Amino acid sequence: MADSQIDAIGLQCPMPIARISADIKKLESGQTVEVKADDPAFEEDVRAFCRVSGNNLEQIEEIDGIYTAIIKKC
Amino acid sequence: MIEKNEGVRSIVIFSGDLDRLMAGINIAIAAVSMGLPVNMYFTFWGLNALRKENFNTKGYGLFEKLMAIMMPAGPKKLTLSKLNMGGLGTWMMKKQMKIKQITMLPELIKMAQEAGVRFIGCQMTMNMMGIKRDALIDGLHFTGVAGYLGEAEKSHFNLFI
Repeated sequence: MADSQIDAIGLQCPMPIARISADIKKLESGQTVEVKADDPAFEEDVRAFCRVSGNNLEQIEEIDGIYTAIIKKC
Repeated sequence: MIEKNEGVRSIVIFSGDLDRLMAGINIAIAAVSMGLPVNMYFTFWGLNALRKENFNTKGYGLFEKLMAIMMPAGPKKLTLSKLNMGGLGTWMMKKQMKIKQITMLPELIKMAQEAGVRFIGCQMTMNMMGIKRDALIDGLHFTGVAGYLGEAEKSHFNLFI
């Protein structure tokens, strides 16, 4: 179970990333956030977000157009 | 955080078109969300996006008053660069944006400021167009072109929109 959950379904780029960023600021290092999003570009975006911001993308999967990503704060 | 997060990213907003402003501010919001500091420089028509909606031009000269009336005051008044069709296109696009949950420009500006994007007004344009500092929204910084270049020198990317 992630330490924080974000429902970004229906949100358009770049708002899912902005939400993740705001949430991750509140977490301690090592804690995780789970994000659900249906923006078709979400996977690319969340990978780039993690690479640039230095956080860890633990898991990403897509079922019926809904992406679920788990990000660990580093 | 990785090394390249040092230094700013520069976005110059020259245009006062709704679509161009949205593109620029969305990039800025995404960048600060990713931990990259962003400076946005507003010059020429771009400054209209930062004007207060109902600003009283009492005490302004004739030219300044005329400019204040003729130019769009604030983000709600801006129109699309293409397919505006006398305002019909912009109206239709805004409706679509609501339906598709795309954040509107006034909220984008607020979000960007809250997220830590530095908004900087071009003092020369303001002098030229007769826009005083109190006619613009709060929380702005002001600089000349040298101030912009000083930061742009250290920028990893520099957009002119």
